[in-house]
Amino acid sequence: MTALRHIFRDPVAAFGLLVVLFAVFVAIFAPWLAPYPDDAFESHLLQRLRPPSMEFPFGTDNLGRDILSRVILGTRNALVVAVSVVLASMLIGVPLGLAAGWKEGWMSEVLMRVTDVFLAVPQLILALALGQLIAPGIGAAMVALALTYWPFFARTVFAETRRLRGALFVDALAGIGASPARILFLHVLPNAAPAILVRATIGMGFTILTAAILGFLGVGAAPPSPDWGLAVSEARQHLPEAWWFPTFPGLAILLLVLGFNLLGDGLRDAADPRLRRSRR
Amino acid sequence: MSIPVLQVQGLDVELRSERGVARILQDVTFTIPRGGTVGIVGESGCGKSTLLRAVLGILPKGAETPRGAILFDGQDILTDHAASARGRIGFVPQDPYLSLNPVFRAGDQILEIMRRHAPGSRADHKRKIVELFRAVQLPDPEGALRKYPHQFSGGQRQRLLIAAALACDPALVVADEPTTALDVTTQREILALLRRLVAERGLSLLFVTHDFGVLASVCQEVTVLYAGRVAESGPVRAVLDTPRHPYTRMLLACHPDRAADLAGIPGTVPAATAQPSGCRFHPRCPLAQPSCAAAAPPMQALGEGRAVACPWYETPLPETALA
Amino acid sequence: MAFYIARRLLLALPALLGLVFLTFVLSRVIPGDPAATLAGDAATPAQLAEIRAQYGLDRPILEQAVIHVRQVLTGDFGRSVFSGRPVAEEIAQRLPATLELTFAALLLSTLLGVPLGLVAALNHNGPVDHLVRVLSVGGLAMASFWLAIMLQLFFSMELDILPLRGRVDVEIGMPPLRTGLVLLDSLLAGRGDIFVDGALHLVLPAVTLCLPGLATIARFTRSGVLETLQKDFVLYARAAGYGRVRLAAIYVLRNAVNMVVTQIGLLFGALISGAVAVEAIFDWPGLGTYAVQAILSADYKALLAVTLVVGVVYAVVNVLVDVAQALIDPRVAEDAR
Repeated sequence: MTALRHIFRDPVAAFGLLVVLFAVFVAIFAPWLAPYPDDAFESHLLQRLRPPSMEFPFGTDNLGRDILSRVILGTRNALVVAVSVVLASMLIGVPLGLAAGWKEGWMSEVLMRVTDVFLAVPQLILALALGQLIAPGIGAAMVALALTYWPFFARTVFAETRRLRGALFVDALAGIGASPARILFLHVLPNAAPAILVRATIGMGFTILTAAILGFLGVGAAPPSPDWGLAVSEARQHLPEAWWFPTFPGLAILLLVLGFNLLGDGLRDAADPRLRRSRR
Repeated sequence: MSIPVLQVQGLDVELRSERGVARILQDVTFTIPRGGTVGIVGESGCGKSTLLRAVLGILPKGAETPRGAILFDGQDILTDHAASARGRIGFVPQDPYLSLNPVFRAGDQILEIMRRHAPGSRADHKRKIVELFRAVQLPDPEGALRKYPHQFSGGQRQRLLIAAALACDPALVVADEPTTALDVTTQREILALLRRLVAERGLSLLFVTHDFGVLASVCQEVTVLYAGRVAESGPVRAVLDTPRHPYTRMLLACHPDRAADLAGIPGTVPAATAQPSGCRFHPRCPLAQPSCAAAAPPMQALGEGRAVACPWYETPLPETALA
Repeated sequence: MAFYIARRLLLALPALLGLVFLTFVLSRVIPGDPAATLAGDAATPAQLAEIRAQYGLDRPILEQAVIHVRQVLTGDFGRSVFSGRPVAEEIAQRLPATLELTFAALLLSTLLGVPLGLVAALNHNGPVDHLVRVLSVGGLAMASFWLAIMLQLFFSMELDILPLRGRVDVEIGMPPLRTGLVLLDSLLAGRGDIFVDGALHLVLPAVTLCLPGLATIARFTRSGVLETLQKDFVLYARAAGYGRVRLAAIYVLRNAVNMVVTQIGLLFGALISGAVAVEAIFDWPGLGTYAVQAILSADYKALLAVTLVVGVVYAVVNVLVDVAQALIDPRVAEDAR
């Protein structure tokens, strides 16, 4: 738990952790925290586009829904999407990276070339193409994001496995007859865990941002979902009058991504002192 | 008659940091006459690098307010390191591998120094560098101008840096252990080169080292530093033959190879933040008297240009101290 | 050096070929029956068969793959379902707009990011340094589409000092196209008015797009300079009498810039991704709007072609980055041998 202590000693990283924990809390208790929990789906045309007030701190949107409630409810969506995408990419990328890193040969060569192909196009573009071809909607967008993000995990784990395979203790384990699977999952994987964790944290921020872009472009979440990116997109037709409409969902994206990025930075520093360059 | 090239007088340097104030140098005094070659010898941590940085005007952060004086050509350069002094003090650094910027051509790096500190056009400068490259026996002097640092060997790089030090016709050359990073054979070649250049060009040289042997091969005079203070000084031959300060005596007795390293003597070099009172060597000195802890003994002139900071310089060391 | 460039180009080829193959898989496997997609819902079996024959869809899948690769390599991306025009032609028309925007953003982020990073490093732990830290993390967390809208709201709608959308004002019109870059073409045509108008239109999109780059470049310049300042050769240069300004601005920066250049290659991906949303918001007639339009009209040929072209541009940029690195640091090209 030295990593955690390191995070707390670094005020900036601690702030990131705080934001993330806060977001998780909000996501879990969203229906109880939101002043108008049913506003994700109901519309009240009589109170359209009201500016921020005591009644509606963030104002109301084009269908008269409370924006604060929708931002709170949207937190859950954003986190669920990001966690699922990152977990799915991990499930694909980590075993492939382990396998390719452990055994040299044409299989590992092919695998790494495949990651090259996926990394040859910016993730968003690939996700757009994939998501559209599978089927429009948030489900397909999530699949597409996972399909474009796994190579990052594969690369990270591959590098760690290659590094550890040369380590003395792995030789010793092989010498006493431990099976490769046992060595990989009980010894190599825990050692690669910090790198995976850092990659996952940064991936969370990245996925939230990319998913928001997809939502904004109309390829991700569909109405009446309280998705933040979608809300900004819906707000465009009501500018410049309803300035509050795009502002608050956008700030929510900024804050949450900032939280994950700061936390990721802090974790990276804690995991590898050699990389502490960034805040020297 | 001429004024000395360099006069260091009562130089005090303190380094302030979070861990407190470290007295790096205290009351350091010595003189380099025109054409003179003076070596500063001492263990690592004795303050010789700081002394060198003071002369070069690049004292580290936290050591900005030294006391005393450093007169270069009669002009005080300690508090205001005048631009006129730069370039006129050539510098040969310790590590030829790390002292050249890898992304610039070696020739351009020397030209930049000359552009600021030497008269004449760029073409003049280039001609001068090629001539110097020839003088330091760098192979293919013309081609060397266009090469990058990594294309030279360690010995070649040190030759190149010596040429750079001479580029602006310096009144004084300062060398910081210029051979420690090199292998033994190359070391000998570089020392021979320095000796030849000093003799041919009548250079004034300040040479910092931890190695008496190396020092003796290039310098006429020596100043021995211990924990930031001068222990003794004088002509190299005389100091080597009849060392006076107990520190120098023990050093030379237990190190026939003449590396300044007191590993064989009980005790350690004191930390600069916790210097003992009085003579800084007294906790380790077999001749120490109670008076040694009370006040630092002053430098005593011994004639023939020698001086020592110990009143017991004629008392023989006990046999056990040299075992 | 020529050898080095050739080598880098060759290394980029397998990934690009893989990408061509991937687009083939995507176009043939995922949409179900491509013939049905092409023919539309109301097609009769006879029409379907005709289309299959016409597009070679009745041949063995491997043969189809070879045909696909051959078509792509000759620049034949098929016809857009949406407009009926050749996709290659449409992309060629739109690529310059995207390049102009992304390069403007890249230029802006470099011109601002490098001095910011340098100043931050020289004032280590000072106010500027902290500002740059906040900026460099915040800049990467900002959703480009949101920033774009906020800038529009403020500068175009509230203050009305910068154009809201488009590449040039309709009343002024485009300059005669030669390179497809408005700023360059207007200068070539000697039309100062178009140049100014084009530049004004470029401000908001480029500023929006430059932020992640600015953040990254400032951050890496800062850490690069801090690292370089620790080196012995900096101490030597100071002792040898280099001037302060020259030492910081040239001697140290050139070492630091090498670490920054690596980042520019990676950044280009973020720039292109950002461009999709930014172009859509500012009605910028580039690949981004084309991609969005392709999505909305389910024009998968156009979409895959965009993916491929972006992949090629990305690869070329990364080769250029490697070459730039070799030019800055002569050791790079030699180590690669």
